[in-house]
Amino acid sequence: MADLLLELFSEEIPARMQQRAATDFQKLVTNGLVEAGLTYDSAAAFVTPRRLCLTVCGVLAQSPTTRTERKGPRVDAPEKAIEGFLRGVGLTKEQLEIRDEKKGQVYFALIEKQGRPAADIIAELVPDVIRNFPWPKSMRWGTGKLRWVRPLHSILCILHDESGAEVVPFDVDGIVAGNQTRGHRFHAPDAFPVNSFDAYRAGLHKAFVQLDSAERRNHIWADATNLAFAQGMEVVEDAGLLNEVAGLVEWPVVLMGDIADDFLDLPPEVLQSSMREHQKFFSVKNPKTGRIEKFITVANRETADQGATILAGNQKVLFARLSDAKFFWENDLRVPLSDMVAKLANVTFHNKLGTEADRIARIAKLARALAPVVGADADLAGQAADLAKADLSSEMVYEFPELQGLMGRYYAQAAGLPQEVANACEQHYSPLGPSDDVPSEPVSVAVALADKLDKLTGFWAIDEKPTGSKDPFALRRAALGVIRLLLENDIRLPLLTVEGLNEDLLSFFHDRLKVYLRDQGIPHDVIDACLSMAGNDDLTLLVKRATALAAFVKTDDGTNLLQGYKRANNILSQAESKDGVEYSYGADIKFSETDVENALFAALETANTQIKPALEAEDFAAAMLAMAALRAPIDAFFEAVQINADNDIVRRNRLNLLGEIRKTMGAVADFTKLEG
Amino acid sequence: MSADKPRSFQEILLRLQAYWAAQGCAVLQPYDMEAGAGTFHPATALRSLGSKPWAAAYVQPSRRPTDGRYGENPNRLQHFYQYQVLIKPSPPNFQELYLGSLVAIGIDMDMHDIRFVEDDWESPTLGAWGLGWEVWCDGMEVSQFTYFQQVGGYDCKPVSGELTYGLERLAMYVLGVDHVMDMPFNAPDAPIPLTYGDVFRQTEAEYSRWNFDVADTDVLLQHFIDAENECKNILDNPEVDPKTGKRIIMVHPAYDQCIKASHLFNLLDARGVISVTERQAYIGRVRALAKACADAFVLTEAGGWAA
Repeated sequence: MADLLLELFSEEIPARMQQRAATDFQKLVTNGLVEAGLTYDSAAAFVTPRRLCLTVCGVLAQSPTTRTERKGPRVDAPEKAIEGFLRGVGLTKEQLEIRDEKKGQVYFALIEKQGRPAADIIAELVPDVIRNFPWPKSMRWGTGKLRWVRPLHSILCILHDESGAEVVPFDVDGIVAGNQTRGHRFHAPDAFPVNSFDAYRAGLHKAFVQLDSAERRNHIWADATNLAFAQGMEVVEDAGLLNEVAGLVEWPVVLMGDIADDFLDLPPEVLQSSMREHQKFFSVKNPKTGRIEKFITVANRETADQGATILAGNQKVLFARLSDAKFFWENDLRVPLSDMVAKLANVTFHNKLGTEADRIARIAKLARALAPVVGADADLAGQAADLAKADLSSEMVYEFPELQGLMGRYYAQAAGLPQEVANACEQHYSPLGPSDDVPSEPVSVAVALADKLDKLTGFWAIDEKPTGSKDPFALRRAALGVIRLLLENDIRLPLLTVEGLNEDLLSFFHDRLKVYLRDQGIPHDVIDACLSMAGNDDLTLLVKRATALAAFVKTDDGTNLLQGYKRANNILSQAESKDGVEYSYGADIKFSETDVENALFAALETANTQIKPALEAEDFAAAMLAMAALRAPIDAFFEAVQINADNDIVRRNRLNLLGEIRKTMGAVADFTKLEG
Repeated sequence: MSADKPRSFQEILLRLQAYWAAQGCAVLQPYDMEAGAGTFHPATALRSLGSKPWAAAYVQPSRRPTDGRYGENPNRLQHFYQYQVLIKPSPPNFQELYLGSLVAIGIDMDMHDIRFVEDDWESPTLGAWGLGWEVWCDGMEVSQFTYFQQVGGYDCKPVSGELTYGLERLAMYVLGVDHVMDMPFNAPDAPIPLTYGDVFRQTEAEYSRWNFDVADTDVLLQHFIDAENECKNILDNPEVDPKTGKRIIMVHPAYDQCIKASHLFNLLDARGVISVTERQAYIGRVRALAKACADAFVLTEAGGWAA
């Protein structure tokens, strides 16, 4: 047994591709080894900006020899069949064995596959892995045909054990595998040989390369938080940025610098975006002022001046960046919001749905109409909708699109507009996902609903609906946004009253609602049972009913009552199809023959008198409770009474009594849709 | 490792010229037309096509009308210089050659943090793309480094390595200047010392005003259509010139019209008369011209065509 060490050394690998590449590298090589019969004990992959590394421990020295047997044609089979078999197994007729079987003499091929040395298998496998590596984007360079993420410079491939290390000999497009690697580009660029993974890792560390990205991440975060802590500050957490930065350096050196006073009054989000997107800086917050006052940058080397020159350079770049941001901020503040909106008349939203200005007009109209429903002032809602998209034409949002909405709030505040209007500028995009906060201020809710409903009705009108995995306009997200806005704010809006919202779009809402409620633990059959009821375009009502029903069917009474209902319904359906009538005339107690029948009559009457007002009051829990009282009389009824009595009048009366049960319960939900 | 520090904008430029000349590049002169970037120079846009080896370095004045700031912004200009290097096939030590050029202009590799950060390059108007990086020096983008994969819709075989240095920004950094207009253009102790502002402040203001507010959009639009038609007309001519009887495909005259159309589009864009939807259509029209020129170029000797 030996250990395999592989390193693919290239020009800088994009940070975002590194982790995936390490995983793929390990999987492709180890799968290939196992397929060839080489098992191993353990494997680990590493990645830095310039190298992909894999160590596989305890690899078999050679693959085991295998013997397989294949049954061929009969000896007296046509010559062609025998030839075909020989071709398939790669043997001559003389090498076949003849055995006596029940049906006569049959050829058998005994195929022995000799085990092969690990080095031979690896020398075939690795070039194949390299040539077919699944980079998201790959390239050619020079005159070569090989594709890699960036030019590949060297390959290290050795098998090593206590007795020493051997290079596994192969080459890929002229790159010959060897036992050499290189250290840090600037600190230790010379090649050096290695004879084991331990020597490789230690040698790299001496050559200013931290091989393990987790180690680099921990190092960066520990140093960053320490530097900040020493100044009484805290680093703003950013896991995505930390990953990226760890993928940009082999030898991280963490430095902290100041943000010039000129910029401390910029909105903190602007500082953060500017530093993160362009410079890959972490933001450092002063908890006393709540402002972002410093930044952390991560260099890829040590210097004689402890990074002073590097830090000064970074600070200067930041100064220029923030000057730009400040320039945008100040320019934007000079432009009245109405002028920003006017510019949107030239911006196309969608070629079939007009300009951004057209869209804003529609949203404003809808927001005004919705205002009374959500408890907002119509004028404020209209004003907010008019201005909510203004920042799309601001210089700041042009530069930092992720700040849309937020800048709108700042600019509306600066213009002295009512706080509700300013908040709506920011919040009307929400909620953006299933876990995003839902706005609760009425004006924001009105604009947020109008924005999303306009989008949905618009794209429905031009027949641009989501299909399968394609949803280019994020309409599913918009529908979920509407659902959450309605439910979490307890808003009663019959969706079919919204202009342009048709049955097809309503059923799209229902589908999204099912997905949403399933995640909340409400089963789909419960929703179906409620969807059949009147008023199903009022999602808030629908969910109230579904929630109560879901709770009810979980109770003992609920489960049994459901069984009773199903039994009643089955009997009725059979009888109705047989008799060709519908038993919904109402039963008459005078044909009742037994106490249990009388009791059921009484129970139904009580239930009806309770259910009707409960439903009117939308108190579904009370309606369910009233139904629960039916369980015992229904059970007793089925226990003691034979429906198909000899007397036809009694029989029909009993069927009609079952019809009463169906009618009473049917007023609450469609129990035929429930499973179980 | 450190070279002595340059003292002026022009010294940095001269050092780059000397460095790349020493690496064997043909040092060309700027193309004599308004262009958005050094890539538009036929020495890059056309010569990166076909099989013939090529190595060129040159300065290209570049115009980006929308970036005009009236000469007031510390580092945004509507007219600036790019330094461009194109070597085909890309040499195996291209990164090291590039780092050598930074040393040549006085960047001390022991004191600075040089990084290669993913940045894939794409020119929708040239129908070209490549993979590479932006190169950072202490967090400052000092160059674009690209391995061309496609130009004019053609796979690059062999692949060209391309470098683009934003000269003003790089020079400001090396010289430690905060505002581009304060940067010494010639030696500070010259008999008549000139700053970048002495040379360009006034023109930046003039062009900013013209670009943003005065340029006659109807005329620009007509010029765009004229350039587009002329480009097509040129390429529609038969390969054999009836006068000389020689095979002369007029790629470069046609390509000039493509450069013109591209710049006119940029001007129209700065005037704010191109909507988001129209934008794509205009870019598509310029790309069609670039593609037609590429198609024609690969049929010429310089494009690797052999009779």
